[in-house]
Amino acid sequence: MAALTPASVEPDELPRASGRQLRTVLLLLIPGLLWLGVFFVVPIFTLAGTSTQTPSGSGLPGEFVQTFHLANYWDAISAYRGHFARSFFYSILATLLCLAIGYPLAYLIAFRAGRLRNLLLVLVVAPFFTSFVLRTLAWRQILADDGWVVSALKWLHLIPSDLAVTASPIAVVAGITYNFLPFMVLPLYSSLERIDPRLIEAGGDLYGTSFTVLRKVTFPLSMPGVVAGTLLTFIPASGDYVNAALLGNTRTTMIGNVVESRFFRVVDYPTAAALSFILMAIILVLVILYVRRAGTEELV
Amino acid sequence: MTASRSDLRLTGLTKRFSGFTAVDGLDLTISQGEFFALLGPSGCGKTTTLRMIAGLEEPTGGSIHLGDLDVTEKKPYQRPVNTVFQNYALFPHLSVFENVAFGLRRRGVKDVKKQALEALDLVELGHLAQRRPAQLSGGQQQRIALARAVVNRPQVLLLDEPLGALDLKLRRQMQIELKRIQTEVGITFVHVTHDQEEAMTMADRVAVMNHGKIEQLGAPAELYEAPGTTFVANFLGQSNLVAVTRSGTDGQYTMVDVGGQKLRIRTDRCSSEGELLLGVRPEKIRLHSAADPVPSGLNQLTGGVVLDASYLGVSTQYLVRMPWGQNLTVFAQNLGIGERFSDGSAVQLAWEPDHSFGLAGDAGAGVESTLED
Repeated sequence: MAALTPASVEPDELPRASGRQLRTVLLLLIPGLLWLGVFFVVPIFTLAGTSTQTPSGSGLPGEFVQTFHLANYWDAISAYRGHFARSFFYSILATLLCLAIGYPLAYLIAFRAGRLRNLLLVLVVAPFFTSFVLRTLAWRQILADDGWVVSALKWLHLIPSDLAVTASPIAVVAGITYNFLPFMVLPLYSSLERIDPRLIEAGGDLYGTSFTVLRKVTFPLSMPGVVAGTLLTFIPASGDYVNAALLGNTRTTMIGNVVESRFFRVVDYPTAAALSFILMAIILVLVILYVRRAGTEELV
Repeated sequence: MTASRSDLRLTGLTKRFSGFTAVDGLDLTISQGEFFALLGPSGCGKTTTLRMIAGLEEPTGGSIHLGDLDVTEKKPYQRPVNTVFQNYALFPHLSVFENVAFGLRRRGVKDVKKQALEALDLVELGHLAQRRPAQLSGGQQQRIALARAVVNRPQVLLLDEPLGALDLKLRRQMQIELKRIQTEVGITFVHVTHDQEEAMTMADRVAVMNHGKIEQLGAPAELYEAPGTTFVANFLGQSNLVAVTRSGTDGQYTMVDVGGQKLRIRTDRCSSEGELLLGVRPEKIRLHSAADPVPSGLNQLTGGVVLDASYLGVSTQYLVRMPWGQNLTVFAQNLGIGERFSDGSAVQLAWEPDHSFGLAGDAGAGVESTLED
C-alpha cells in the first residue's frame, strides 16, 4: 500500500542528475548563497559578537570591546521583561484580531466573490501602494478621541463614553492589526481557494449544516493558510516599533522601540544586539511550539 | 415519508443557466429500491439533474418528491439522500473511519462505531479504517466513498460517474460490486454515467438523456433492441441506419424499399409516419457469399462488397460497401464454422426481420455520423 503514495514513488522515478546538470544547479545557486552569506550569515555573527561586548575604557559613546560578557543577556532580560511581555501580548492580540477579520474576508473572496474576486484581491493589497508611515499616521486621526469615528462609536454605546483611545494600547493594537491584515488575508485566501468545492458539498450532503461544514471541513482544510497567515502576522508584529511609536504613549513601548532607542539614541549597541537575539529566540520557540501543535504536516 | 412506498418523483424539473437550459421539464418516477441509470453524453443535463436531487443545485422550475415529501426547497442536509461524488470527495484531513462516520455523527446516531465499521465491512475495507484517504488506491477510495454514503441508509443514493476514474478492469469489478451492494442494502440507486456499458450492466432501467430531455426510458435490453430515436440507436451501441421508403404492409410487418430491394420491419417497432430509417444492429447481420442462397424469410440485401475486415479475436468486424454508396458494419462471431471473407469479396447481408427497427428519419445529423463510422 505504501508504494501507492506519491512520495514513495517519485524519488525512484526522478532521473538522476548528471555531473553536468549538478554543476549548472550549483552555478545557479551561487548568487543566492552569496546574498545569504553577505547579508545574513555575516551580520548575524557580527550581531552576536556585538551582544557580548562591553564599553571600552575611553568613555566615548559607541566604543565597545569584546569581552564575551554574557551577563549582557541577563541584564537585558531583567531590565526589559515588561516590554517583552507587552510586545507578545500586543502581537498575539493583533494576530487573533487579524484572523477574526481576515478569515471571513478571505472566505468571501475565495467562495462568494464571483467575478469580483480579482478586484477584491487588488483592494486587499492596495494599501501597500501608500507609505506605511503615512497610513499609520492616518490612524492617529481616525482614532482621535474627538474625531468622528470614536465619537460615533461612543454615541452608539459600542464603547464606554469615558474611554481614551488616542495614544492608548487600543490604538497600538488597532494599528498593528490594520497594518498586518493583508499578510493574514493572502495566505488564507490561497489555501481556501485551493479547497475542492466538492468537499464542502459533500459535507452538506452528509447532513452537515453550513456552520458544521465550516468547522469540520473548511477550517481544518484551510489550516496551512491559518498557520502561514498567523506566522506572517505574529513574527513581524512582535518586532514592530512603528505602531507603538506613532499611535502609543510612553507606557505602550514595545521591545522594538527599546531596541531602536538603545541603538540610535543611547548608542548602547551590546544591549540592542542582546535584545534582538532574545526576541529572535523567543519567537523561534513560540513558532516551533505552535507549528507542532497545529500539525500542518499531516495536511496534504 | 409514507410507510408504504417512497418513490423518487421529478415533475417538470427544469434548470436554466444564463443563456441555456441544462434540464428541460423532466418528468420521471424512480421506484423505491430500483437501480436507475441516467445515461447521456457530457452536457446532456444528467449531472445537473442529479445535483438538483441532492439539493446542490436549485431548480429553476418543477418539483422533486420523495414519496409524499416535497424536498424541492430543502437544503442538502435536510434530505434523506446521499451522493457518491465524482472523484469521491473524501475528506483528506480525516481517517477513513472518520470519513465514514461523518454523516452518522452529524445526525447524532448512537452507535457510530458499530455502524461505520459495518459499512466498511460491506465494502470489504474494514482493515483500512485508520488510514488516510491519500494512502488508498483509486478503487479503495471509491469503495470508501460508497461506504460513507450507504452508512446513512438514505432513501436514495446518487452516484455521479462513480467509476469514471478507474481503469477498465477495476471498473468491471466495481460494477459487479455496486450491484451486489445495492441488492444487499435495497436502497434506490440513481447512477449518472456516460458509459453505456456501465449503465446496461447494472441498471434495472436506463433513461437516455440528450439536450436536457429524456430521449428514451426502459430496461437495457428494451433500449438496445428497440431504440426509439436515432440518438439512442447510435449512443447505445452501434447501429446501421439505412434511409428507406415505405412500400406497403404485410400482416404485422411494414414493407420498405431501398435501392429496389424489399425489406420488412415489424410495424410495432416502426415509426408510423414521415421519413423512415431502417435500423439493424451489426451483430444481428449474417454475411453470405454473393453466390450462396440465403434462407427465405430473412431480410436480405445483395450487392455488398467487403471494404475492410478487422479481426478482433472474439469477432470479426466487416465494413461492407452497399450499391447505394453506404457502408454498413457487420460483426461476425468467430465461431470457426462460418466462412471468413477478405477485402473485396462480393457478399450479401441477411437478418431476421424482427431485428429491424424503423426510426423517424430526421435524415440529418444522427445518420450522417454513422455513415462516417
